[in-house]
Amino acid sequence: MAEASPAPVSAAGTGRHPTGDAAGDPAVLRGYYRQMRLIREFEQRAAEMYTKAKIGGYCHLNLGEEATVVGLMAALRPRDYLFTTYREHGYALARGADPARVMAELFGRTSGLSGGRGGSMHLFDADRRLLGGYGIVGGQIPPATGAALALAYRNQPGPDAEAVMCLLGDATTNIGAFHECLNLAAVWRLPIVYVIVNNQLGMGTPVEAAAGEPELYRRGCSYRIPGQRVDGNDVLAVREAARDALHRARAEHQPMLLETVSYRLRGHSVVDPARYRSDADTQRLRELDPLPAFRTRLIDTGVLDADTAARIDTEAQQEVTAAVDTADRAPAPAVDTLFDYVYATDVANTYRGMPGDPVVAP
Amino acid sequence: MTVISYRQALHDTLRAELLRDQDVLLLGEEIGVFEGSYKITAGLLAEFGPRRVRDTPICEEGFVGTAIGAAMLGLRPVVEIMTINFSLLAIDQIVNHAAKMRSMFGGQVSVPLVIRTPGGGGQQLAATHSQNLEVFYAHVPGLKVLAPSTPADAKGLLTAAIRDDDPVLLLENLALYNTKGEVPDGDHTVEIGTATVTKPGTDITVVAYSRAAVVALDVARRLEDQGISVEVVDLRSLRPLDRDTICASVRRTSRAVVLEDDWLSYGIGAEIAATIQEGAFDYLDAPVRRVAAAEVPLPYAKPLELAALPDAAALTRAIRDTLAGAHLPGPEATHA
Repeated sequence: MAEASPAPVSAAGTGRHPTGDAAGDPAVLRGYYRQMRLIREFEQRAAEMYTKAKIGGYCHLNLGEEATVVGLMAALRPRDYLFTTYREHGYALARGADPARVMAELFGRTSGLSGGRGGSMHLFDADRRLLGGYGIVGGQIPPATGAALALAYRNQPGPDAEAVMCLLGDATTNIGAFHECLNLAAVWRLPIVYVIVNNQLGMGTPVEAAAGEPELYRRGCSYRIPGQRVDGNDVLAVREAARDALHRARAEHQPMLLETVSYRLRGHSVVDPARYRSDADTQRLRELDPLPAFRTRLIDTGVLDADTAARIDTEAQQEVTAAVDTADRAPAPAVDTLFDYVYATDVANTYRGMPGDPVVAP
Repeated sequence: MTVISYRQALHDTLRAELLRDQDVLLLGEEIGVFEGSYKITAGLLAEFGPRRVRDTPICEEGFVGTAIGAAMLGLRPVVEIMTINFSLLAIDQIVNHAAKMRSMFGGQVSVPLVIRTPGGGGQQLAATHSQNLEVFYAHVPGLKVLAPSTPADAKGLLTAAIRDDDPVLLLENLALYNTKGEVPDGDHTVEIGTATVTKPGTDITVVAYSRAAVVALDVARRLEDQGISVEVVDLRSLRPLDRDTICASVRRTSRAVVLEDDWLSYGIGAEIAATIQEGAFDYLDAPVRRVAAAEVPLPYAKPLELAALPDAAALTRAIRDTLAGAHLPGPEATHA
C-alpha cells in the first residue's frame, strides 16, 4: 500500500549485511543453537524454582522467544548498550552473563547480577552493558534514550560508534513514554534502535485490542523513524534486521524501529495459566516452537548431527543444574546491608531507622 | 561577597559549573532560545551552544527520563522543569527510576541528575500552576530534596547538587527569584542535609524552608522589637531532614511553629511536628502549630488567593497564640 510518510517501512529484511559475517557459518549457527537451548533450559528451570518458592515475586519467561533473543544479541556489539523489559533472563544469558549469577539474582542472593537487590525484573550487568531490567512497563525507554543522548553528546557517528538497543513489548507501544522518546530521538538524532518484541499479547490483551496501529513497525511514522517488521522465530532474519538498524543508528545517528513477531509459549508470568488462549491456539503455538524447528533445520542442512545436538542439549541441562546449585549455596544479603546503595554520595542526616525505631533520640 | 539576586546566583552557578565540567549539560523547556521562562538560563545558549544547553519538546516524562539515562552513562545533566506542577508528568521517572536505580541494581550505577524547579503560588496563576508539591519527593528514599531560601544558599546548594552523584531535586520559588542577598564569591557549597539557624532566639522556634523561611525571618525580626525572641530554623534540605538541628532548637525554646507554603494535611510540617514531639517531647510547653495553605485548589480571584496562602500575619498569630497558651482549656486551668 502506498505510504505518504517519507520514512521507509518494510515488512521484510533489507538483505544488507554490512558486517559481512557469513550467515551460514556452521560454528556460528551451532553457537546460536547452544544459546537458545541454554535459555530454554534456564527458563524452564526458573519456572520450576518459582513453584518451589525459591524465586519470589514475579517471574516472566522468554520461553518461545529464544530466536528473537539470540538474534538480537548476535547483532548487538559488546560496546553497545542494552535496555530491556522485565522479561530479560534470556537476554542476560545471551549477552554473556554467568547463568549462576542470573539464577542467584532470581534467588535473591548476594552473588546475583544485581546483588539480590532487584530480582527477576531488574537484572543489571555493568560490564556487559546490560543497563536493566525494568519492572515498570516502558520505564526503560526514557533512560535508554538518554544513554543514546550521552553517546551522541560524546561521539561522532560512524560504523564503529556505540549504539543503544531498547527492547519493549507490543503493549508498551501505547504508553506515553514510547511516543515522547521516539520523538526526542528523532528531534535530537540519537543512535538508538527501539525493538518491539511483539509476542502478540500484553498479559491477556491482544495487540489489536490496544493499538490504533497494530502493525507496530509503522508507529515510527509520526517521528519519521524507519520501521521494519521481521519474523521473530527466524534467528538469522532477526540478526540481520537488527544489524541493519544498528548500523544506521551508529553510522548516521538515525533512530530506528524494529518489530520482531514471535509469541510466548506460556502465560505472561509463571503464575499465569493463560486461560485467555484457546487450547487450539496453545497447541498451534507449540507446533511453531522455534527451538525444535531450528534444531531440525540445522540437522537437515548438516550443520548439526543428532549426536552433537543431543550433547548440546545435555550440556545445557547440566549447565543450568550447576547454576542452580551454585546460586543456592550463595547467601542472601545481610540485614545490616539494608541501606547500602541508596545513595552514591554520603550526606549528613540520612535517616536509617528500622521499623519501630525512635526517629530522634530524646 | 557580592549582593546579587537569587536568579543571578542560580544563573552564575549554572554557568560556572558548565565552565568547570564538560559533562554538565542543561535540558529543559524554553531554556535556550527563550532564555528560560524565568530567565534563569539567560545567555547560556549563546555562550555554550545547543549541545550543552538543550531546549526540549514538551515531554517531561521523556526529557527527565532521558536525563536519567544520560546520567547513567556519566553525564551530569541539570534539568529545569518549568514549575513543580509539571513535575507530575515525570513522576514515574523521578520516583520509580532515578530514586531507585542505584538500589535496584546493586550499586552498579548512579544517577548524578539535578532537577531544578520552582514552586509557589500568589501570582494568580490558579490551581494547577500554583502548587507546592515538594513533599511528594521528600517522601522518597533515593532522592535528595533541597530548598534554598537565599541567593547564597541557592549558589551553595545548586553547586553541591551538581557535584553530588545522586538525583537531587532543587526546589526554587517564584517569589524568591528577585530577592537579593550577599553571596560568597568563587567556589561556594552548602552541605546537603543540613539546616541552619538563621536567627537565634529564646521564646519560640519557627521552622521553615524556601519562601516561608524568608517570611519567618522577617516576622522574627519585627517581633524582636516587641520583646518576643523568635529563633528561625531554615531547613535548606527536606531530604535528608536535619532533625537534630530542629530538635536542638526546640529544646532551647520549648515552643515551635512551622511555616510552610504547601497544604496542611500530610505536608512537610506534619513531618516536622512529628519529629519535634518525639525528639523534644519533655521540653515542649505547647503543641507544635503548623501555618500552611488552606486546603483548596488555589482560586484565581485575588482576595481568595490571598486568604488561602499563609503569610506573615498568619504566622504572627500562631506565634502569639502559642506564647499565650492558647491551647490551654480556660482561665481556671493552671500551667506549671
